[in-house]
Parts: sequence; structure tokens; C-alpha cells
Amino acid sequence: MSWDTVIGLEIHVQLATKTKIFSGASTAYGAEPNTQACAIDLAMPGTLPVLNKQAVNYAIMFGLAIDAEIGQVSAFERKNYFYPDLPKGYQTTQLEKPIVGRGNVEIQLADGSTKNVRIHHAHLEEDAGKSLHEGNFNSSFSGIDLNRAGTPLIEIVSEPDMTSAEEAIAFAKKIHSIVTSIGICDGEMSQGSMRFDVNVSVKPSGSETLGTRTETKNLNSFKFMEEAIKREVARQIDVIEDGGTIAQETRLYNGETKVARSMRSKEEANDYRYFPCPDLLPVVVSDEQVEELRRKLPELPDARQARFVKQYELSEYDAGILSSDAAMANYFEAVTSACNNAKLAANWTMGELSARLNNEDLSIANSPVSAEQLAGLIVRIADNSISGKMAKEVFEAIWAGEGSADQIIDARGLKQVSDSGALEQMVADVLAANQAMVDDYINTDEAKRKKKLGGFMGQIMKASKGQANPQQVNQILAKKLNELL
Amino acid sequence: MSIERREIEKLATLSRIAINEETISEVSQRLGSVLELVDQLQAVNTDGVEAMSHPMQATQRLREDEVTELNRREALQAIAPETEDGLFLVPKVIE
Repeated sequence: MSWDTVIGLEIHVQLATKTKIFSGASTAYGAEPNTQACAIDLAMPGTLPVLNKQAVNYAIMFGLAIDAEIGQVSAFERKNYFYPDLPKGYQTTQLEKPIVGRGNVEIQLADGSTKNVRIHHAHLEEDAGKSLHEGNFNSSFSGIDLNRAGTPLIEIVSEPDMTSAEEAIAFAKKIHSIVTSIGICDGEMSQGSMRFDVNVSVKPSGSETLGTRTETKNLNSFKFMEEAIKREVARQIDVIEDGGTIAQETRLYNGETKVARSMRSKEEANDYRYFPCPDLLPVVVSDEQVEELRRKLPELPDARQARFVKQYELSEYDAGILSSDAAMANYFEAVTSACNNAKLAANWTMGELSARLNNEDLSIANSPVSAEQLAGLIVRIADNSISGKMAKEVFEAIWAGEGSADQIIDARGLKQVSDSGALEQMVADVLAANQAMVDDYINTDEAKRKKKLGGFMGQIMKASKGQANPQQVNQILAKKLNELL
Repeated sequence: MSIERREIEKLATLSRIAINEETISEVSQRLGSVLELVDQLQAVNTDGVEAMSHPMQATQRLREDEVTELNRREALQAIAPETEDGLFLVPKVIE
């Protein structure tokens, strides 16, 4: 029997504000525990929340980016549950009147086709703190760090429009690309800036009735998400084909051990007893505010891809990769404007540089090679000062902090010899010193002579200490040998 | 009107409130009278009436995104029962 997979996503996006959603405490990452948790974040009696204007603007900007309805009046609810990292005993969130209504996101698939994924809504809410279960304290305790408590999030809820792990990943990556392009999220997955909850169900192929779904929570990388979906789909099919039924439950996936376990079933599901938050008034968004944000909205990834194709004559594929990451797109444009060679700028940004950054687990914002430095290198490749092989050596030296491309080329004496007078002399010297090879070349069948050229090339490159321009040497050599025939 | 014992127990669990055997029927009665009031309200025809989210005709004021709250960890942790290395300590929450 064959099965259809149905997937919906809930994505938590941490907004790149300087302060919390309801307090003026900093949201900077990596601070000492509880140094960024103020009386409001700690739910001290007598404190009241005041909503952060920037968080509201960022949520609206997301709505505009996905062509969604913006809630003119939105409101906050309390979602009640007890956990030590939630000091108030409730999370302030939105339920009935979210700030962002229905919208649409177009995803591109590997086969080149596109698909529309509907967004049900997106709402503003606050993050919880962090519980640490191991540390420099008695093992009968858990340690609580409330620095993250009150960090502004938008939760983006999709319709169950995806039918494979591939589509779900493409959607998640598109959301990542959109929120980083419009600058409302730093996109740092390793710091928890985006987290995914995945709803998965299976049904017999073609069936109209949806199967029972499970929710796998808190996935923080595309790789873990893909693994978790594939394993959950396989598990559900196994259970059903063995005559069992799927229990509606919440699951946790451990990316290290590759094992998912049930967190809670529907019977013991939390009853959140939502009710309107009496501490916060309705949030009213004016048309003027929305229009001003629309005017200031940065270029979206799809528009940028189209512009790259047109302006820089890149392929759709290359333009798609570069524009999917705002930081990479900005870097590419900086390199291109400094070296005036978009093709080489694209190749080096996506190739050597990205590979090296990946290896070292660095983001492009922290690249040891600046856009200006890479442009300097590309200028020397384009004007034939250095060979491709030398360029890799220079790149490594720039990466190691040895200076600009020109400084390194000078210091290492890497300059490729392209002066044709010098090259002619070099070729003539090598031919004169290797009379036996020359005789052998002349006596060889015309058809086989080409194979003999490699030997001469080797000698010439050796004589030039690898600095001769190989294309030029090739031409000069062919010409000189021809004259001897 | 009273609420079933099972529901009282569930609410007590969700609210992390201990309700002992002696008070359970009293709690049931009291909650029941609150629900009766709600029933009365629900009997009113509210077709076409927009739900009121706040008694005042006011809207939420917004705050500029500037850091105004600085580190006051020492003062805020002075009243905590247990702390270590800047962390609040609570009874272990996972097994």
C-alpha cells in the first residue's frame, strides 16, 4: 500500500529587537545568567508589561513580506501552564486576534517547480527562560536562567500544505530567507533564533481523510527537522501496517541520538485555559504605519533573485542560492561592486568562501576574508596576474590574515609571468636545452605530436617556478615547434 | 449547581493548588455559583455585539526599543530561596 504524507509547520522566529517584548531588558545573546532578567521578566508583583514598538513593527513587516492581512486590532491572551522557566505561570501570546492573518509563501523545489504554502496566521508572543539540569549545583536541583524570558517571538503557523520532508525543508528555508532578508531575525539557528514544531500525519494515497497527526517539537536545525520527519513518517506507516493506530501526541526528537520519544499524549494534554490578558490593551495598527513599513520593506529574496539574473547575468540557480541568504547576497554585491566581475564574484562567494566558512562553522558576517579583500583577489585573477592555482594559495593567505591579495602576491613572489617577450625567451631556452625531446617531437606522427606537448610544458613551468601563464606558454610553444617542422 | 469532583481535582492539578477532602464540596459549591453567573450572562442575546476586550476605550501604548533595565541580579536574587552561579535553583524538573 502506498501512503501520502501531510505536514504542517509552526515556526518560532526570534525577533531582532534590542529589548524584550514587554520590558526594557536587553536581549543580547550569551550574557551571564539572569543579568538580563528584570523585575518585569521575573513577574515581580506590581509590575506591568509595556509592549515593544519594534516587535510590533517587525511582525507587521513579516505580514507584508508574505502578502498577508494585517490585523488592524490585535489582542493578547494568557496561556496558562506551570514550569519553572515561566515565572508568571502563563505565556503572554495571541490567539483570537493575531497581528498577521492569512498569507502565502512560494517555495522552489529541487526539480525546478514551485509550490504555494498557505500561512494560517502569525502571532506575537514571549519566549520562556532556560532550565539547566546539570551544572555546578546539587543534582537534586535544576538551574533557571531567565535571560531569554520575554524575548519577542513571532510564531508562524502554516496550513498542512507540505507532502514531503523536502517540501517542509524548502518552506523552512524560505521563511529563514525572508526573515533574515527583511532584517527582523538574525537567523542564527545555533543560538535558537529559529525553532520548528512539525505536525506529521499519513493517509492512504489519494484518501481525502486526514490521518491522526503527531507533533514533534523544538527542532533547531534543518538537518534535524529532515531526519525527524522521515523517521516519523516511517514510524507511522509501520504502526498502521502492523494493524496499530497512531496516538495523537507530542514528541521530542533528539538530534544526537536520532531517537524520538513521546512527551505527552492527548489525554494528558495541557489544558491552557486561555483568557484575554487584562494587563494589555488592544493593539491598534494604523494604515499609515502599515504603509510606511511597506515603503521601507527591504528587497525580498524572490525579487533579489530576479534582479541578480537581470543585473549581473547570473543563472537562475546561482542567483537563487546567493539571494536566499541576505548576508551572502550583500557580501556578493559588495564584492561585485569592488571588482566589477559578477561571474567570478558569484563563483568565489558560493564556492571557495562558502566551503571554507562551512568547514569552520562561521557565518559570512564573521568571514575572515572581507568583501574588499576577495574583490582584490578577483581583480588579479581577471587580469591574469595570477593563475587559478595561485589564487587558491592567495585566498588561504588572506584567510590567515596575511593582508591584501596584492601584498601577498608581492611578498610571495607569486606573480604570473604574462610578459610575452620573457615567455618567448623562456620557451626558446627550454627547447634549446632539450634537443632530444625536440627531435623526438619532429619525428613523431602528426596525430601523436599533441601528446608530446605535456613534456615541454612541464619543463617550462618548472623553469619559471610555476609562474608562467600556462595559456600563453601553450600558444608560444605550439608556434615555435611548428616553425621547426 | 455544583461541579463534579473529577473536574475540581483536574483544576486543582492544573493550578497547582492543594484542595483537601474537607474543602472539596465547598469549593465545588463556590465555583458552581460562579458558573451560574456565567450562565446568566450567556443567556443574553449578543448577536452583532463586538466582544469587549477592555472596559476603557483605550489602546495599547507602545515603548521604544531601548534598553532601560540594567543588571540588578544581586538585588533580585536576594529574595530567592536558592541560587548558585547566578542561576535560580528549583527542585529538579526532569527525572
